[in-house]
Amino acid sequence: MPDLAIIIPSVLNGLTTGALYALVALGLTLIYGVLHIINFAHGALLMLGLYAVYYLNTRFGLDPYVCLLIVPPAMFALGYALQRGIIGRAGHGRDENILLVTLGLSIVIENLALFFFKSDTRIIDTPYSFEVVQIIGAFVPEPKVFAFIGAFVTAGLLWALMSFTDLGRAIRALAKERKGATLVGINADHVYAMSFGLGIACLGVAACLLLPSYYVSPQVGQGFVLIAFTIVVLGGMGSFVGALIGGLFIGVVEALSGLFLGESLGQIGIFAIFIVVLIFRPTGLLGHKV
Amino acid sequence: MPEAMLEVSNICKTFGGVRASRNVSLSVPDGKITSLIGPNGAGKTTLFAQITGFLKPDSGSIRFLGEDITGASPEEIAERGMIRTFQVVKPFAGQTVRDNIAVGAHLRIRSRRGALAKAEEVAREVGLGNRLDQDASSLTVAGRKRLEVARALATEPKLILFDEVLAGLNPSEIRDVIPVIRAVKDRGITILLIEHVMQAVMSLSEYTWVLNQGGLIAEGVPKDVVSDPHVIEAYLGKGMAERIAAREKADV
Amino acid sequence: MRTLIILAAVFAALGLVPFFVVSDVWLNIAIMVLYSALLGQAWNMLGGYGGQFSFGHAAFFGTGAYTVAVLQVQYGINPWIGLFAGGLAAVVVAAIIGYSTFRYGLKGSYFALVTLAFAEVLRILSNSVPITGAGVGLLIPLQVAPSNLQFADKGSYYWLVWAMALCAFAAACWIGNSRFGAQLMAVRDNEDAARALGVRAYSVKLRAIMLSGFFSGLGGVFYAQYFLYLDPHIAYGASVSIESLLVPIIGGIGTLFGPLLGAVVLHAISEVSRDLIGDVPGISLVLYGALLVVMVLFLPRGLAGLLIRRKAAPQNRKKQEAEHA
Repeated sequence: MPDLAIIIPSVLNGLTTGALYALVALGLTLIYGVLHIINFAHGALLMLGLYAVYYLNTRFGLDPYVCLLIVPPAMFALGYALQRGIIGRAGHGRDENILLVTLGLSIVIENLALFFFKSDTRIIDTPYSFEVVQIIGAFVPEPKVFAFIGAFVTAGLLWALMSFTDLGRAIRALAKERKGATLVGINADHVYAMSFGLGIACLGVAACLLLPSYYVSPQVGQGFVLIAFTIVVLGGMGSFVGALIGGLFIGVVEALSGLFLGESLGQIGIFAIFIVVLIFRPTGLLGHKV
Repeated sequence: MPEAMLEVSNICKTFGGVRASRNVSLSVPDGKITSLIGPNGAGKTTLFAQITGFLKPDSGSIRFLGEDITGASPEEIAERGMIRTFQVVKPFAGQTVRDNIAVGAHLRIRSRRGALAKAEEVAREVGLGNRLDQDASSLTVAGRKRLEVARALATEPKLILFDEVLAGLNPSEIRDVIPVIRAVKDRGITILLIEHVMQAVMSLSEYTWVLNQGGLIAEGVPKDVVSDPHVIEAYLGKGMAERIAAREKADV
Repeated sequence: MRTLIILAAVFAALGLVPFFVVSDVWLNIAIMVLYSALLGQAWNMLGGYGGQFSFGHAAFFGTGAYTVAVLQVQYGINPWIGLFAGGLAAVVVAAIIGYSTFRYGLKGSYFALVTLAFAEVLRILSNSVPITGAGVGLLIPLQVAPSNLQFADKGSYYWLVWAMALCAFAAACWIGNSRFGAQLMAVRDNEDAARALGVRAYSVKLRAIMLSGFFSGLGGVFYAQYFLYLDPHIAYGASVSIESLLVPIIGGIGTLFGPLLGAVVLHAISEVSRDLIGDVPGISLVLYGALLVVMVLFLPRGLAGLLIRRKAAPQNRKKQEAEHA
C-alpha cells in the first residue's frame, strides 16, 4: 500500500486531469442534452482545436491563453456548420445513424490530420510549461491549475448562458419539447446548430487550456472520446454539474488505478466503470437534465 | 361457477406518487366480448400493460386459465394464449403484410412455409387478402388495425386484449372493423377491449368495467353503466349527471 | 428457394476465381474482398437483420485471431483445432457481451458504445498480459503445410476464406428464410410488438450476437493464418470494427448480398485511389470515412437499396410512425 506522500500527488494530478476531461465532456453533454445525439467526432474535433492552438503558437507566437479569443469562436463556427450541413441531415429517425455519421467524420478528420500534420507528437513551449504550484505538500504544474480553474469558469459561463439568455431559453425549450418550441416560433435547425456549435466551442476552450500541459498528434482525440462518454454517462446525459463531478471522479480513478495497476492496465478501470454504468444506469447517476 | 378465463385481483401500481392502478379487480369470462372503458388518462393502458407482462404490478395478482401469471414476461404470457395489441399500432415497417402476420404465426408454427401459409389464411379472414405483398407501412390506419388483429389471430390465442382498436378510425372504417372483431369472437376467442370512445364498445361488448383515476368506478352491462351518475361525471365532469337528469326531467 | 440458388451460383462462380486469376496481386485482392465480405456478413447478422449496431466487432475478431495464434505459439496446438477453438472463443465473448447488454435492455447508441468499450478492454488486456505477447504481439512461426493451415500458394488461402464466407452467407440466407430470422427482424423493427406476439426478444438477440461473433471470430482466425502476425491494435483496434460495419452499410444492411457488394466496392475504391493518389498513409481511410458519411446521408439502405425492392431495415421508421400517429 503506497503511503500518502504518493497518493496525494496522484489524487491532485487526477483532479487536474479530470477537470480537463470535464471540459471535453461538457461539450458532449450539452450536445446530448439538447439534440439527444452522441457526437462520436468529439475527440477528432478536440484534436483539430489542439492543432489550431499549436499552429497559432508556433507560427504567430500567440500564447495558448490568448488563443481563447480565437479558437473557441472558430470551433463554434465549425460545429454550427457541421450540424447544419451534415449531422442534422443524417438521422433518418435512427440515433445509430448519427453515431455512424460522426464516426465517419472522425475517421475523415483524423486521417486528414495524419496526412497534413504527419503522425509526430508535438508539444509547445511556454514560459510557464514547467512552473509548479505547491498544494498540500504536492507539486502541481501551473498549466494544470489554470485548466482546473478554467473548467469551472467555463461550466459557470455555460450555466449562465443557459439560464439567463434568450438563446439559453430557446435551447432549453427545444431540449424539452421540440414540437412546442417550434410552434412558438423557435427555429429548431438554427438552435440545434447553435447548441452543437457551443458544444464544439467547449472543445476549443479545452484545447487552449490543455495544450500547455499536454501534446497533440492526429490520434490524440481517440483517448478522450470514450473517457468523455464515460463521464457523460456517469454524470447523467445532459447534466453540467454531472459532467464536472464525473470528470473529476474519472480523473482520480484513472490516476489511482494507474498507480496501483500500472500505466497500461490502469485504463481498464475507466472502461469497467463505463460498461457497468451504461448497463445498470443508462440515465446516469445524477439523473437527466439540461 | 367455473373460474373466469382471466382473473385480475387487487392490482396496484404507483409511478412516482401517481397511483396509476388502485386496487383493480376484474374477472373476464370465457368466450365473451367484454370491455374496459374510461376517460383519457384513467389508467387503462397501464392496466393492460400489467396484465400482459409489460409492467409489473406493485401488488395484487393476475391469473390466466387458472394459473398465476403475475410478473411473467410478455413472451411467456403470449405463449400461454393471451395476446395484446397496441393503441399506437406497431407494424414491422419495411416488411410485407405477409411477413408481419407470419411473425405471429411462428409462435405455434416452426416451419417458415407453414407460417407463411397460415399468414395468408388469416389475412383473408380479416380482409387483407389482397394486400399480402404490400409493405406494412404503406397500409392506411384502418389497414394497420386489421394487421394488428391478424397478427394476434395468427398466434392462435385464447384471449385477445385490444387496446383502442377503433381509435383513430372514421365512422365508416369503424363499421368495417367491427365485424372483424365479431368474427374473432365467433371463432371462440375471448376478447377484452379498451376504449375511451363509448359508443362502439356499447354495441360490441356484453359486460364492461369503467376505470377512472386508476380505480374501478362501475361495472355491469353497458346500458346500465352509461347511465350510472359516477360514469357520467367521470367523462363529463362534476355536476354533469345532475344537470342531465334535470334536463331529462324538464324534457318530460 | 430462389435466393438459395442465386447464392449457390454466385459462390460456385467465386470458387472458380483461382483457376482464372493467376496474378498473386489480383488473387490477394480477391482474398481481401472475400475476407471483408465475411467480416461484413458477420456484422450484418446482428446489425442488419437484428438492428443492433455494434461498434466493437473487433472483440470477436481479435478473440478468434488470438485464440488460434496463442494455441499454436504457446501450446503447440494445431491451427485446424485452433480454427474451431477460435470461432468458439469468439462465441463465448459474444455471449458475455450479449448477456450483459441485452439482459438489461441496452439498445441503440448505448449498445454500440458498450460493444466498443468491451473491445477496448480486450485491447488493453491483450496489451498487458504475457500470453498474447503483450504490446510486442505474436509472430506465428512460418511452417508451410496444409496440415498447419499455412499454404504456399494464394489459391489455397483463397479457398479457405471462400469456404468461411460461404458458411457465413449460407447462415445469413437461413436467417432470411427461417423462424429465427423472422423473429430477429421483428425484434429489430419493433421489439414491443414482437414480444407481445410471443417472440423471446432477449434470447433471439443473444443467439444473433453469438452467430455473428462466431463468423467474426473465423475472420480473425483467417487473418492470423494469412498474415502470421498479430498485435493488440490489429486484433482489437477500431479498424476491424469499422471495416465490419462499413462493408454492409455500403452494400445494404439486412440484405443477403449487401456485404459482398460492399466488400467489392470498398476494395475497388481503395485500389483505384492507390493507383491515382499513390500509397499515402491514411488516404484510403479518409475515403472510407467520407463514404460512411455519404452513405448514411444519402443512401441509408446501401447500394442494394438502389437495386432491389426493399424488404429490410427500415430507416424511416420513426418518421413514418410520426406521420401516421
